[in-house]
Amino acid sequence: MKDFWTRFRFNRGAVIGLVILAVVIATAIAAPFIFPTSPWKMVQRPFLPPLTQNGLPLGTDALGRDVLAGLAHGAYVSLLVGLVSTVVALAIGVPVGALAGYFVGRVDDALMRFTEFFQTIPSFALAIVLLAIFQPSLTFVIIAIAIVSWPPVARLVRGEVLSLRTREFVEAATLQGLGNAQIILRHILPNALPPIIVLASLMVAQAILLESSLSFLGLGDPNIMSWGYMIGAARTVIRTAWWLSFLPGMAILLTVLALNLIGEGLNDALNPRLTRKSE
Amino acid sequence: MTRFILGRLIKAGFILLAILIFNFLLIHAAPGDPAAVMAGEAGAADEKFLADLRERFGLDQPLYIQLWTYLQGAVQLDLGFSYRQQMPVAELIADRLPATLLLTGVAFLLSLSLGVLAGVAASARQGSWGDTIISTLALLFYATPLFWVALMAALVFSVWLGWLPGFGYSTVGAGYTGWAHALDVAKHLVLPATTLGLFFTAIYMRMTRASMLEVSRLDFVKTARAKGVKRRVILRRHILRNALLPVITLAGLQAGQIFGGAILTETVFAWPGIGRLMFEAINQRDYAVILGVFYISGAMVLLFNLITDVFYVIIDPRIRLTG
Repeated sequence: MKDFWTRFRFNRGAVIGLVILAVVIATAIAAPFIFPTSPWKMVQRPFLPPLTQNGLPLGTDALGRDVLAGLAHGAYVSLLVGLVSTVVALAIGVPVGALAGYFVGRVDDALMRFTEFFQTIPSFALAIVLLAIFQPSLTFVIIAIAIVSWPPVARLVRGEVLSLRTREFVEAATLQGLGNAQIILRHILPNALPPIIVLASLMVAQAILLESSLSFLGLGDPNIMSWGYMIGAARTVIRTAWWLSFLPGMAILLTVLALNLIGEGLNDALNPRLTRKSE
Repeated sequence: MTRFILGRLIKAGFILLAILIFNFLLIHAAPGDPAAVMAGEAGAADEKFLADLRERFGLDQPLYIQLWTYLQGAVQLDLGFSYRQQMPVAELIADRLPATLLLTGVAFLLSLSLGVLAGVAASARQGSWGDTIISTLALLFYATPLFWVALMAALVFSVWLGWLPGFGYSTVGAGYTGWAHALDVAKHLVLPATTLGLFFTAIYMRMTRASMLEVSRLDFVKTARAKGVKRRVILRRHILRNALLPVITLAGLQAGQIFGGAILTETVFAWPGIGRLMFEAINQRDYAVILGVFYISGAMVLLFNLITDVFYVIIDPRIRLTG
């Protein structure tokens, strides 16, 4: 653990990413306390530019809503969607990949065909189709994102399991008479964990981008203030109030950048051999 | 080669079939009467139209017969009728498809060539200032929401600077023909294609850089160096050729993603392609169009993958042609 931290700290970008992410998380947690009124509420006249009125540092949008409050509440939504959809995607991808890699042969063939199908069809279009047909709610947004993002997990886990299953410690476990389930869960998967963690951190970033794109198109939960929705709503007034589109976009950019940097740092820290090779 | 392509085509056919079955199941899983779902927003269609739909899909028949009817239609490129636009979906898509192919094609070639060039430049001087700048830019583009960078580009280059048109496919009412028209379209294409390509440029650059660095450590490169082959020749003939393979594989896999990005860029720039068509259909809950675009985009991706496969075999004849 100490080793891990030393190596992680060695990557300057990863530390910067961690700091940015900490600020975003703090904002998300604090949002309901600092801005207890709904971010949908009209608080001032519309199109108030930033830094012109005390108490509203970022001004108001086209409907007189507090932009800063919207950004803070949006942080919560982005992180929640990013995190939960990644967990759901892992819950689909890890079992599929583990079963395919462990049982090889027909099971592998069938599961990988299934995975390939989901990998081939255009994922963003699939997410749109799912959300357009089923009414968009936060739960469905999360499910749709998970459905389009699990295939890389399955492929990664399959590869790891394939290479681990012939190792001696697995043979030893088999000779001890352990069942397949126990071998996979207690012996193989824990060893496959480092690359899964790295992939998961990058998936959270991609999920946040995906969520913002979907709500930009108007496919987000209509009751929830999110960064993508703010940009989509400000799109038509970009000539007169460009900052209304600019600010939420910067929030997305910084959060996603932070997560990508952390992912790279994790990669360096968890797979030190791999790093040296590719440097 | 023929057998290889045939094998791939059969596989592509199966995937298309799966997409169609998936679409069919979605229509039936959606809340409400499937006829109403296909007709679009509740209340938008009149009773006669719904009755027609029910009869055409045989909604009183068992599910598997309905599926058969649906598949028969789809194979003949009958993708349903858009009640909203009063046009067959297949015609709507055929009208818009060329614009999307132009946009995604240009964006793809642009991002692949720029990405590979930048990746080679960065890896040739690893750890230098140039490398740091290129790598940082790639990191930034990789984290930028596509629709947002498109909006910002339209704001800066079209609204503020007035350099390029930020809206549409060609100047309305200008009546250009021949080369003047082509130039006009090209001008309109610059912003959508560049912004769509940015994210993918970042991916290809990172991939090329990593791949170049990896290959440059292999034994045959050391041998070439020891033989006294010139640095630039090693870079081009020994390293780049081998490093390109994984980049091309990746580029093929990304085809679906470029199309997804086109939905966003076409929406921002009012580019009259099938992405924009899908956005309009989302707002109007025109499900027949949404599912039709989804099906056609799947077909496009499969075709694209096939082209990459063939290309791949040409670059590296060692790869065995097995379906």
